[in-house]
Amino acid sequence: MSTDDLNSPEYKDKIPEELQGTVAITTLDRIYNWGRRNSLWPMMFGLACCAIEMICTAAARFDFARFGMEVMRSSPRQADVMIVAGTVTKKMLPQVVRLYNQMADPKYVVAMGACASGGGPFKEGYNVVSGIDKYLPVDVYIPGCPPTPQALIYGLMKLQQKVDKQSIKEVYSNAGKEIPIPVLGPDIMDPRDYEKIREYTLKKAEAEAQAATAAESAQSA
Amino acid sequence: MSEQVVATEQDLLLSRFPEVVKPDERKGYDGYIVDAKALLDFAKTLRDDLGYDYLSSVTGVDYLPEGKMEVVYHAYKTTGGAPLVFKVQVPRENPVVPSLVSIYPGADFQEREAWDLLGIKFEGHPNLKRILMWEGFHGHPLRKDWHEPYYEEEHKPYKSRWPEGKAFRAEDRNPFGKNVDYPAGFDPAKWTPDISDALIYEGLGRIDKPRDDLPTEQIIVNLGPQHPSTHGVFRMVVTLDGETIVDLEPVMGYLHRNHEKIGERNTWLMNMPFTDRLDYLSPMSNNFGYALAVEKLLGVKPPERAEYIRVIMAELTRIQNHIFAIGMFLNDMGAFFTPSLYAIEERELILDVFEAVAGSRMMVNYFRFGGVARDIPEDVMKKIHDLAFERLPRRIDELDRYLTNSEIVRARGEGVGVLPAEKAIAFSAAGPVLRASGVPYDVRRAEPYGIYDRFDFDVAVRYHGDVYDRYLIRMDEVRQSIRIIQQALKQIPEGPIMTGKPQYQHRVPPGESYGRVEGPKGELGFYVVSNGKGNPWRYHVRAPSFINLTALAEMTRGHKVADIVVILGSIDIVLGEVDR
Repeated sequence: MSTDDLNSPEYKDKIPEELQGTVAITTLDRIYNWGRRNSLWPMMFGLACCAIEMICTAAARFDFARFGMEVMRSSPRQADVMIVAGTVTKKMLPQVVRLYNQMADPKYVVAMGACASGGGPFKEGYNVVSGIDKYLPVDVYIPGCPPTPQALIYGLMKLQQKVDKQSIKEVYSNAGKEIPIPVLGPDIMDPRDYEKIREYTLKKAEAEAQAATAAESAQSA
Repeated sequence: MSEQVVATEQDLLLSRFPEVVKPDERKGYDGYIVDAKALLDFAKTLRDDLGYDYLSSVTGVDYLPEGKMEVVYHAYKTTGGAPLVFKVQVPRENPVVPSLVSIYPGADFQEREAWDLLGIKFEGHPNLKRILMWEGFHGHPLRKDWHEPYYEEEHKPYKSRWPEGKAFRAEDRNPFGKNVDYPAGFDPAKWTPDISDALIYEGLGRIDKPRDDLPTEQIIVNLGPQHPSTHGVFRMVVTLDGETIVDLEPVMGYLHRNHEKIGERNTWLMNMPFTDRLDYLSPMSNNFGYALAVEKLLGVKPPERAEYIRVIMAELTRIQNHIFAIGMFLNDMGAFFTPSLYAIEERELILDVFEAVAGSRMMVNYFRFGGVARDIPEDVMKKIHDLAFERLPRRIDELDRYLTNSEIVRARGEGVGVLPAEKAIAFSAAGPVLRASGVPYDVRRAEPYGIYDRFDFDVAVRYHGDVYDRYLIRMDEVRQSIRIIQQALKQIPEGPIMTGKPQYQHRVPPGESYGRVEGPKGELGFYVVSNGKGNPWRYHVRAPSFINLTALAEMTRGHKVADIVVILGSIDIVLGEVDR
């Protein structure tokens, strides 16, 4: 990064000419984001087919080390970006949410591919979550099935642009807030929905009972 | 197999089991219908007297209109030949079938799957739990009267979308805006999740069963589903005594994407792109297996050029799968990513070929019933030529030079995870795992499909059955695949690539069909049942990765924790296929 990029434009004239190559006047946000955007460490976390394209992106031909992202961490504690690479199933969802909760702030989520973005070809499946954004806040969606390595790199560059625009004041505003972990019941249950689920199942039971009595009376008649 | 042999076999079976065994006489069906009471004796006769020692596939079919549940078994001889199909029919309301685990241990996971998805009880199964879904899930989803939360109609194309082409979000029709549904009267406050699972997630479970000679206790350690060594979302619950593995239980289903339920709603052709996503490292082989199964029912045969293109693509797939597997296997041994980089470099070149012919690097959707979708252009042909004659042989030799005699590979591979031949057969292991144990069984040779009987190649076989042999066998197979491609490139004729006109909707005659290919992971089979309509009535995948895992516990017992990772890497699983 040259000092021209680092300098805040409004202060540029205030630096004496002989010092312009060595001194920069800038905001904390700018230099902080400069560091963050060039060391976004993804979590080593593959769910399905997209993970293979993610591996290819990390390999020699595409090589996202060029963007400071080659350090894939297997531990969520050391990762900045969760690339949700593949279909999220209901059985896997509690673990995905738990991993997200374990990541340190500031953290980002990239939904890679059709499945993570909205369920993809498997959307109608009984064990498939139709989009990870139903449970986690997603920063970048990358279309494709699977997205090519070029598309993944483009998505990560978009994430870098997002990082550039953030202020240090807002980056930690969500720190420490955990997302309640879904529970595996007869179907996946979001703890925030319990009241709604009870209402729904009661209504369903009533409707079934009504249908049964209607059938009975029809039979006796 | 000649007519004579079949006749005597049939005579023998029918005379030994009068009344309880009958030939299946439904139109388009094959094999025998066995009474549930006689199943164990029948299976024992097959294995011990007739030589059908390899139980390839076990699955269930829900015949809702007839009120029957059917369990279908495919047994083979490891010396080669056609399958012997036998079925058990039980009432749908209370389906109970004796378990075959005592005779064919390879039936273990497959019977659990049939219990999970179809609700068929297998009497005498040692561990009849759900395998793909979790304990507590409501219903058995592959039953024909079970509807998923986004249910619209029995079959595609849905009237709401076709022919007008209207689209809507399925979420908008669901009261929760999500893909969920709950049974009537269910109260979430009173729900207690399956505790055995929760305990393991605490990280450490203790078993108070000290060994006789030492006052130690065993601990349970949980590996996965988020673990860098599991090649995806696979989980192993390991019981340890110190560092030594006492027992291991694989837990799967974290990528269960409901291929079979979706496949039974789809039209026949719609399933082709879904097969790509089964074993996403070898899409061409998956296409091949499904195309074979449906072509058997349709009675079409692809033209010569298409047959050659199929072989070239299937073998390229095998090469890229095996070199990727070798790279990842070295990763598991601790050589982090450097050998993989060499492997992925070659794989990229093969993916370029796939992209040029099919339009996509990974999800090729290239095969059609009666041919392939597109011809290979001249310049791509030249590229394949260069790969097969120049680049790949050289690069395989290079990998061989770097890895095969590496001290680490030998020290960590030799004598680790041994699976003897008789156990490999009993556990229904397939592909490289089976052949590394000294069983020269390759579907391309044992029951040639396509035009594989024309090529000159060796069935790679190694005899130690350890991790190192499973590595070597992949090297051998890559060399054999290169040989096949070289011959195919010399022989390939000009001509059409499709029999008949390309069509979207196929009328498939009623009947059953089992198409199998030697995929890179092993025997990949597709069992389809047609009732004459535009959709498959049953669509089942015999996934080699899934069934190879049956032997995992056997291979790991007595080794150290670090060896689990290497042994798992040597089986080469892909979770898309394990969980489907």
